[in-house]
Amino acid sequence: MKTFKLGGVHPEENKLSAASPIRGAALPKQAVFSMFQHIGAPANPVVKKGDTVKVGTLLGEAGGFVSAPVFSSVSGTVNKVDVALDASGLRRMAVTVDVEGDEWEDSIDRSKDLVKLNDRPELDGKAIVDKVKAAGIVGMGGATFPTHVKLCPPPGKVAECVIVNAVECEPYLTADHRLMLEHPEEVLVGLQLVMKAVGVNKGYIGIENNKPDAIKLMTEHAAKYPEIEVVPLKVKYPQGGEKQLIDAVIGRQVPAPPALPIDTGAIVQNVGTCFAIYEAVMKNKPLIDRIITVTGKSVKQPSNLLARLGTPFQQLIDECGGLPEDTGKIIGGGPMMGKALLSLEVPMTKGSSGLLIMPESEARRAEAQPCIRCAKCVGACPMGLEPYLLARMSEQFDWEAAEQNDIPSCIECGSCQFTCPSHRPLLDRIRVGKATVMGIIRSRSQK
Amino acid sequence: MNLILLAIIALGAIGLIASVLLYFASRKFAVHEDERIGQVSAVLPQANCGGCGFPGCAGFAGACVKAADAGSLEGLLCPVGGQPVMGQVADILGMKVEASAPKIAVVRCNGSCENRPRIAEFDGAESCKVLQMIGMGDTACSYGCYGCGDCTRQCKFDAIHINPETRLPEVDEEKCTACGACAKACPRQIIEIRLKGPKGRRVVVLCSNKDKGAMANKVCKASCIGCGKCVKTCDKFEAITLNRNLAYIDAEKCKMCLKCVDACPKHAIHAFNFPPRKPKVETPKTEEAV
Repeated sequence: MKTFKLGGVHPEENKLSAASPIRGAALPKQAVFSMFQHIGAPANPVVKKGDTVKVGTLLGEAGGFVSAPVFSSVSGTVNKVDVALDASGLRRMAVTVDVEGDEWEDSIDRSKDLVKLNDRPELDGKAIVDKVKAAGIVGMGGATFPTHVKLCPPPGKVAECVIVNAVECEPYLTADHRLMLEHPEEVLVGLQLVMKAVGVNKGYIGIENNKPDAIKLMTEHAAKYPEIEVVPLKVKYPQGGEKQLIDAVIGRQVPAPPALPIDTGAIVQNVGTCFAIYEAVMKNKPLIDRIITVTGKSVKQPSNLLARLGTPFQQLIDECGGLPEDTGKIIGGGPMMGKALLSLEVPMTKGSSGLLIMPESEARRAEAQPCIRCAKCVGACPMGLEPYLLARMSEQFDWEAAEQNDIPSCIECGSCQFTCPSHRPLLDRIRVGKATVMGIIRSRSQK
Repeated sequence: MNLILLAIIALGAIGLIASVLLYFASRKFAVHEDERIGQVSAVLPQANCGGCGFPGCAGFAGACVKAADAGSLEGLLCPVGGQPVMGQVADILGMKVEASAPKIAVVRCNGSCENRPRIAEFDGAESCKVLQMIGMGDTACSYGCYGCGDCTRQCKFDAIHINPETRLPEVDEEKCTACGACAKACPRQIIEIRLKGPKGRRVVVLCSNKDKGAMANKVCKASCIGCGKCVKTCDKFEAITLNRNLAYIDAEKCKMCLKCVDACPKHAIHAFNFPPRKPKVETPKTEEAV
C-alpha cells in the first residue's frame, strides 16, 4: 500500500465521531462573518449597518486575485461592520448579522437532486472557474487557500492530474469521512468539475486505510468513471499535507520553494472543497456552510455538524451536549495543526474543520527538557529538515542560517514536536523563524 | 661542512628574495587607514551593540571621521557612551559636538497582572514572537506587553528585566544606554526610546492600546481609552496628541506641569522621578512599572 517516503508519525487516531451521521446545526441568533476567512487579501465589506440580507447575499467582495468573497449564511439585518475577535485570536474586520427567519436568495437551487456533469453539457472550464471564484470557495481542509487560484495554473505549468485529498490524517476529525459516506456522488461530480476546469483526464482520490467503508463506497461509485481511481493509503501523519499526498499517490516530489505543487503536474483539492465546488457550480450555492467535527474524549455526543458559517463555537458545543466541566483547552481544527481558542464567542469560518475539546488532564504541555540530540525529530520530519537545528537558529535570531537550512520548506505539521522525547517547543520556534525568513525573502524580491 | 654551507647560502638567498618581494608588495598593496579611526575607536565603549545604527564600534568610528571631514558630527551619537564619549570623539577630530539630551527606554504598558487579567494560559516556548504568531496572547489586550522577555534577552547591558510580580519589563535607569535593542526586539513596538528628561523626570502615557475606549477599558484597568481629557488640559503647550484612541506626550514640548497626570481618569499617565507630592489631590498610583 502506498504512502509518502520521508518521515511521518503515528498519533492516536481517536476518531470518536466516525459513526455519527452528519446533522444540521440550528441557526445562530447572531452570525459573525470575518473578512479574513482565507489566505490572501481580506474581503472588503459591501454592506452597511441596517442592510437586510438573505442567505447567499454578498457581504464582502474579494480584495484581489488571491482572495475570496464572503456570503451571508443567514437572513436578517446587519448589526454592525466592525472589528471582532476571530478564531486566529486577533480582532479583525467582520460583519455581524442579527438572524431573522431563514430566507434564501432565489438563485440558489435547494433541491437535493443529483446533477451530473452530463446534465450540464454547456459548462466549459472557464465557466467552472468563474463559478468557483464567484462562490468564494477556498481550500476546506484548513489552509483556506482560494480555490480558483489553484484552478488557474501559472503560465508554463501544465496540470496532468487532480488528486482529491480525502486522507483526513488529523486525529479526531471525521468531517471528510462522513461527507464521503453520505455524499459520494456529489464528491465525484465535484472532482469531475475540477478535472474539466483544469483540462485533465485523470483523477485520484487518496483515502487512508483507517476508513475502509469510505474506500469501499467510493470505489463502488467511481467504478462508473474510468478516469477516476481511488487510491487507498497507509495510515501515516501528515499524509494530508499537499506535498506528502502527491508523493504518496503519484510518487513525485515537489521541489523546495518557490516551486509549487503544480510543478509535479498535480492539483490537489480537499474532498470538502470538491463538494463545495459541486454545490457552487451545479446548485448555484455560494460557500455558506460546511461540515465541522465537534469532538473530544469528554464531549457527551461527538458529532459531525453541518453548520452555517458565522455560527459561534459556543452554540456548536451546546448542540453536542455542552462544554464538559473539566475542559482544559479548546482547539479550532485538529490536535496536530489546530490553534487553541481564546474565547468561544468566535465564529466558525470557511476553514473550521473541527472543534476539539481537551480535558484538563491532557491539555497541558509537558515541561521542556534540554535537547538530547536523539534526532527523532529529524527522522519524523516529512520534509527532510532538521527541526532541532532550525528551532535553535530561530531562537538565536540567526535568520541567514535558517534560510540556508531551508526553513521555508517547513509545512508546520508538528511531527517534530509530537515526537520529541524532551517535549521541546520545536514548532513554536520554527514557525517564528519561517515567518521571519519568508518576510526577508519577500522584501528582498521586492527590491 | 660543504653541505651545511650550501644550505645556509641557499636558505639565505631564498630569504633575501622573499624579503625583497614582500617589501615591494607591502608598498604596492598598502592600505592607508586614517589613523584617527583607530583613535576614535579606542575611546568608544566597544560594546558593538549597533545602537548608533552602524555595524559595531569600528563602523561608527569610520562614520565619525567621514562626517568630521564633511564638516559636522551632527546626527551621530553613541547612545551607550553618551555625551562624555562624544566629547572625546570630538576632541580627537578637532570638532565641537552639540549637546544632545540623554535618552532612555520606556515600556509603554502598565498591564500588570493586577490591572490586566489573564484570560488564558500559554505553555509554549517562552518568546513574545511565538505568542504573537498565536494572536492576542494570554491577555485580552491586542496591544499590550506579552511579558515573555524578548527585550530582556536582547539587552547587552543587563538593563531590562521582567518583574515576576507584574510580568512587565522594568528598565534599570542607571544601566540603560538607550541603544534601542529592546525596542527593536519588541514585536508590539511597546518600548520607546525617549528623552530621559532633566534629573530623569519625564511624563509618559504608559499604554499602547489603540482600541476604541470601551474595548480598551474592558481589557485593562490602566489602559488609555482615548477620552482626550489630557489633550484638553494641555491646550497651552499642545504637547499631547491623540492618535487612534491613544494619547501621546511629546517629550520635547512637555513642561512637566503634571496636570495631565491628575486629569487622566484611568491613571494611564505616569510621572517618573518627581519628588513625592503633597497628598492634596488623591495620590496617583505608585510608580510601579519601570
